[in-house]
Amino acid sequence: MEMSLTLRKLKEKFGDKILSMSSWRGDDTVVVGKESLIAVVTFLRDDAELSYNFLVDIGGVDYMTHPKPQPQRFAVAYHFLSMAFKHRVRVKVFASAKDEIPTLTGMWKSADWCEREIFDQYGLRFAGHPNLKRLLNHVEFVGHPLRKDYPIKKRQVLSASDPMMDEMKKRLALKGLVVER
Amino acid sequence: MGVETQGEASWLVTRVDEVLNWGRKYSLWPMTFGTACCAIEFMGAVSSVFDLARFGAEVVRFSPRQADLLLVAGTITYKQAPVLKQIYDQMPDPKWVISMGACASSGGFYDNYCTVQGIDEFVPVDVYIAGCPPRPEAILDAIIKLQEGVVSKETIASGASA
Amino acid sequence: MAANPGQIVPTALDEGLEREFYRDLHTDLMFLNLGPSHPAAHGTLRTFVALDGETIKAAVAEIGYLHRGFEKTVEQRTWTQAIPYTDRLNYCSAALNNFAFCSAVEKMLDIQITPRAAAIRVIVGELMRIIDHLICIGTNLVDIGALTNFWLTFNKRELAYDVLDKLCGARLTNSYGRIGGLYRDLYDGATQDILHVVKECEEAVDEVEKLIRKNQIFIGRSKDVCVFSAEQALSYGFTGPCLRASGVDWDLRKATPYWGYEQYDFEVPVGTVGDTWDRIMLRFYEVRESAKIIRQAIRALPGGAVNVSDPRISLPEKKDAYQNIEGLINHFKLIFEGIRVPAGEIYHGIEAANGELGFYLTSDGSGHPYRVRVRPPCFMIFSAFPEMIEGYMISDAIATLGSINIIAGELDR
Repeated sequence: MEMSLTLRKLKEKFGDKILSMSSWRGDDTVVVGKESLIAVVTFLRDDAELSYNFLVDIGGVDYMTHPKPQPQRFAVAYHFLSMAFKHRVRVKVFASAKDEIPTLTGMWKSADWCEREIFDQYGLRFAGHPNLKRLLNHVEFVGHPLRKDYPIKKRQVLSASDPMMDEMKKRLALKGLVVER
Repeated sequence: MGVETQGEASWLVTRVDEVLNWGRKYSLWPMTFGTACCAIEFMGAVSSVFDLARFGAEVVRFSPRQADLLLVAGTITYKQAPVLKQIYDQMPDPKWVISMGACASSGGFYDNYCTVQGIDEFVPVDVYIAGCPPRPEAILDAIIKLQEGVVSKETIASGASA
Repeated sequence: MAANPGQIVPTALDEGLEREFYRDLHTDLMFLNLGPSHPAAHGTLRTFVALDGETIKAAVAEIGYLHRGFEKTVEQRTWTQAIPYTDRLNYCSAALNNFAFCSAVEKMLDIQITPRAAAIRVIVGELMRIIDHLICIGTNLVDIGALTNFWLTFNKRELAYDVLDKLCGARLTNSYGRIGGLYRDLYDGATQDILHVVKECEEAVDEVEKLIRKNQIFIGRSKDVCVFSAEQALSYGFTGPCLRASGVDWDLRKATPYWGYEQYDFEVPVGTVGDTWDRIMLRFYEVRESAKIIRQAIRALPGGAVNVSDPRISLPEKKDAYQNIEGLINHFKLIFEGIRVPAGEIYHGIEAANGELGFYLTSDGSGHPYRVRVRPPCFMIFSAFPEMIEGYMISDAIATLGSINIIAGELDR
């Protein structure tokens, strides 16, 4: 099958850094190591023929109970869209529970909450993220629910809502305002 | 007052109770704690086709201090639960709670780590409405049932001695 | 005035009052929670703001108050059993979510739905878009203070509900889509009913627009309020009406058409400034365009079946399930084990009412989804909300929150 433009250019530019690539049902997927993530994504964004200007989504997967063996337990899939050329690509990074994946918040602001959610649900850390805090589950939650070994009915009661002053102080510092109390 | 503690004057208190309860049940002011899809159906019940106003429950108050009916419409998660408890505590007596929809009554089909399996885990519920979401007619039916129940809920005697 | 670094300077100074007067005034920020129980916060959103008077100096948002564990729950169900869960994502336009999920699974199965199913998905999908925008407009205007429009738009929703009731069996949470097609075909007279509803919705939208278009209060509360530029919108991952309001002409129905959208003639309204006025008025135009699409689709509605005739995907006819053993076993296997989807992963997005609703599905070859990741349009938009409202007043924040149409079911899943 003929390789699409995206896959060809990535192979040309990055060679061995691309751990694998595939195209299934019209979706192009490249698997890269976490060290090459930023370089690959920057190339995808800046190349004139590719121009993937839009980060659609970042999703996490836990392959613990998957029948087919995978390189590591977790994967983070970045979906990109090029509005100029209307093509899409998926960049996957495999990681174990202890790995830290570089953050994309410097390049796209939408990565902020997507990565927070992956941290919340899977426990994967993102190096350089400005505010890696739980997003969907409550502040007293222990564990990471979307992991396959988290029992679905294990409920955790919250005693008091998060006052959120820590996040607010960070935001105020960003804006150059100081709270006197 | 003191008159309600006198045995012979209890007939007066009963009459006053009846009038007060009649007033209460035909002017239930709902505090809509709408979280999810049931809130949209509640908005449908308030709209002019089904018209909740004819039952006296037109004044939908968003402040718990001004409402006497807490209508929980939608799924309550463990994150939301302290908020709901606080709202319930802020409402003055006498107050009633209607649990609208499957999620508020029992967790619905979300039997998982984050959904409260029924708000009666931490607030006392007077009427449960089944449905996902319940039709607006079901909400009207619940208000009518509640109105029938208001008669025996509170008396001046119990209020004064509480 | 030698302000301490970071000391809040009263905004009244801008109006020319003497600095001397304010030198000894000790100003500080006030912290306020907008939500999670707030009449205009649309249910379960919490925004924690730092105020200087009425002006928001800094804001942070908290979500998750309606996190119902969609993604984890669906892993324990079959592919078809996941469809009612998708209804409750964007519950204002439930069938559109079903169609999005079913399209994604169909992409994975590599099957084409019948032309009639595609046309009906367009008709019902656009009807869903219309009623979603009606809710958004109605509730947004209530938050601004214009209560009449709520009744006008909600009564039209009731008409649409009557049609959906007859068609799908439920008013709000329809579960109309199925993998491989639809739950069932349109009933006799459905197209007349839908055309009538669409006409009524258009009239309602015209009436509401007449009431607010020249209204100085509405214009004052929404023009140049919470302006968001196209670069910011693209960086934050906006799609749908909010992105188009900022001036980016991007609509999946035009860019990468599906379900036969390329055959319909419609325009995509695009805003200029990216303020609240743009975001609200855009939805009026979108309702009219959706009405155009529905009329064309009904005129060109092809005949034929609505479900693919593949026994591995569609349920057999009732008479086959009852009368012969192959039909019975087929029915049993599809219900109990689910549709077997080949192992692999795909991403598929459609243009839902709020933007690109995408599903990133991973299958392990069985009848149960291995991983369903929902890409909710509201998630990206709400992550930008704190930045949108900083520098504006609380009343602006309320008007903006309505205009971005955050549905918590989709945001938190």
